[in-house]
Amino acid sequence: MANQGQSAAEIVFDRATKVYRGAPAPAVDELSMTVPAGEICVLLGPSGSGKTTALTMVNRLVEPTSGDIRIDGVSVAEQDATGLRRRIGYVIQQIGLFPHMTIEENVATVPQVLGWKRDRIRDRVRELLDLVGLPPREYGGRYPAQLSGGQRQRVGIARALAADPPVMLMDEPFGALDPITREHMQDEFLRLHEQVRKTTLFVSHDMDEAVKMGDRIAIFREGGHLVQYDAPERILTAPADDFVARFIGADRGLKALTLRRVGDLPLEPADATPDTAPLAATETLHTALSALMTSGTDRLPVADGDGRLVGTVTLDLIRAEAGRPAPHEGEVA
Amino acid sequence: MNTFLDSFTFMGGHLGLLLGKAWSHLVLSAAAFVVALVIAAPLGIWLGHRRRGGFIAISVSNVGRALPSLALIAIFLGLLGIGFTNVLVALVIMAVPPILTNAYLAVEQVDPDLVRAARGMGLTPWQILFRIELPLALPVLFTGIRIAVVYVISSATLAAVAGGGGLGDIILNQVAYGLSGVIAAALWVAVLALVADALLGMVRKLLTPRGVRHLGNDGASSR
Amino acid sequence: MIAAAGPHPVIPDFGPVSRCVQDNGFFCTDWFTANWDSVFWPALVQHVRLTVMAVGIGFVLAFAAALLAHFKGWLERPVGGFTAFLYTIPPLALFELLVPGTGVSVLTVEIALVAYTLMVLFKNTLTGLREVPPDVRRVGEGMGLTRRQILVRIELPLAIPSILSGLRIATVTTISTVEIAAFIIDQGLGSPILQGLQSPFNTQFVAAGALAVALALAADGLIVLVGRLLTPWTHARRAV
Repeated sequence: MANQGQSAAEIVFDRATKVYRGAPAPAVDELSMTVPAGEICVLLGPSGSGKTTALTMVNRLVEPTSGDIRIDGVSVAEQDATGLRRRIGYVIQQIGLFPHMTIEENVATVPQVLGWKRDRIRDRVRELLDLVGLPPREYGGRYPAQLSGGQRQRVGIARALAADPPVMLMDEPFGALDPITREHMQDEFLRLHEQVRKTTLFVSHDMDEAVKMGDRIAIFREGGHLVQYDAPERILTAPADDFVARFIGADRGLKALTLRRVGDLPLEPADATPDTAPLAATETLHTALSALMTSGTDRLPVADGDGRLVGTVTLDLIRAEAGRPAPHEGEVA
Repeated sequence: MNTFLDSFTFMGGHLGLLLGKAWSHLVLSAAAFVVALVIAAPLGIWLGHRRRGGFIAISVSNVGRALPSLALIAIFLGLLGIGFTNVLVALVIMAVPPILTNAYLAVEQVDPDLVRAARGMGLTPWQILFRIELPLALPVLFTGIRIAVVYVISSATLAAVAGGGGLGDIILNQVAYGLSGVIAAALWVAVLALVADALLGMVRKLLTPRGVRHLGNDGASSR
Repeated sequence: MIAAAGPHPVIPDFGPVSRCVQDNGFFCTDWFTANWDSVFWPALVQHVRLTVMAVGIGFVLAFAAALLAHFKGWLERPVGGFTAFLYTIPPLALFELLVPGTGVSVLTVEIALVAYTLMVLFKNTLTGLREVPPDVRRVGEGMGLTRRQILVRIELPLAIPSILSGLRIATVTTISTVEIAAFIIDQGLGSPILQGLQSPFNTQFVAAGALAVALALAADGLIVLVGRLLTPWTHARRAV
């Protein structure tokens, strides 16, 4: 995308702490972590664990009581709050589209207040609507009330991307959508992120979503403590403590299988004449295991993108892979 | 300022007259209000209970507001001639819309989940109406009653032009009572309206179930 | 009937007035049309002028007060209470009570008329400004809109429906109250009503009364129409 020029920025939390007035304990307690430029970091935890507070300290909707947050080395506290927010995309669960503005006008809001030229705004809005899969010809002139929930959140994301901000803050963006739409939006956002590579903080309370979306996951517990900050794979295979283990659930071994692909296994040679339909090599091990269970056999053929058989996956192979320790931090893509 | 002092002198000298006129003013207003209440409240509550006819209930209020009181009295003068009946009919027509609209909105705004829950518990429609809907509707309904009462007292002043009596007889007869008399009667009418408004405000507070006292704060009156 | 009003009556022997007028019917169209230019049209124009002036001034005052109260919340109670107090005083009484101060004048009438518009305009404007859903406001802040931009771009447009419904009520109420102003000044549709009431002849006051009702309904409809044009999003239907 020619227009997605601005590079992503690194976000550093440096002992950031928030104590709300009158509250006995901090909402966020000495949070320190670094989110590398261009990555998606999921803030995960039960309600009351301070993840939304941590998120909104970045765009200063909440001011830290102590500590600091830096974007590309510059403290947010030193920047004018309004200007700072215009350089940060912000998406929330309720979406908050302006009901009296058309879809185009909603997306154009920040470019307008930034004083962009009319033509540039129009081009940018169209580009973004295309990017999120809402053809501007068809949708640009509609009002939010005329869209479905999933379409509205696409607009919400397009609006957040409008001024090409290096940072995106997403507060449970897909939390209000039905499961099918949610999954679809997750895939769409990952595809989008491939193209625009914004540093993204993503609040969630859903472990599956975190594993799917996050390059890294930061797990919080009540009282705003960060208990583990790691790649999804590491969190699933090596939870830092009992709290994390309980939070990610007893089926964490199964969840870990969603992170690995059939094609990455040292497959057994393909059978000459398989009697069942083949699995795609791009399927996750989770899907493969499920297919094995329902097929009633312990081996299934695997095909590549062109439908050629490339090998056979077996229960033993999956079991061996599940027991393998996760790669260390930094080795994940 | 002298005029106002004179008006108090007038009050001292003509207390009997003022009391008499105020009494007939109140009788006329009360009669109109009661008739309007009997017509409008059950109808509005029924429409609200069925959650139908909202368009009618609200249109009636809009059209009703568009009927100038003096014009109504004038038109009924043509139809019914001079006298109490003419004025009564005009006042009733003015008092019906706010009561009807607020009665409708009052019942209609009750959370449908509550009604569904009550039905699920096996309450009959009448029980739902009297135990759930009406208590919750009372604040808004009373807002409509309050508007209607003040409106009737206010408009009853015009009754004098059609021989309806009341304090308007003095206000509209400067030749006989002088400016001080007119001002005195105007003060009485103003105080009458303000007192009625305040009293009804207090009654509304007493009638509102404690759990919903934060609701219905004149909410529906300005729709 | 038109013949009686026209310059050359078709039946000349019928006399100067129609049968209807002789019998004092409920409404005589010929008399109405004959007196339109001299009686009803001027009164209608005066009526509109008095109404527009009162609602205009009332709107400016109430809008300013509502904006202030929107930013300084403690103002709502005193301003709301005072305007409600004004609204409760019967019009005829308020007109008379102002006469010793400002005399028998348009000023007296306008002060009272403006006073009656304030409550509903203030209340509806303030309600409208607060109608913005919290998440919409939060996103507005989060995307870096200033307080002023949030007011101009979000709060005011979203307040339009509520403000217009206030204007509807205020306009219609004022049209009604202007009739009563005829007890003080010889203007508006109330004048022919009051003059008509002096004699037993029906048509004059019936016609003036009906005109006032028609004016109120027309004004109401006009504001609804303007509202629809100003707020296209409120009736955009879902096309999916």
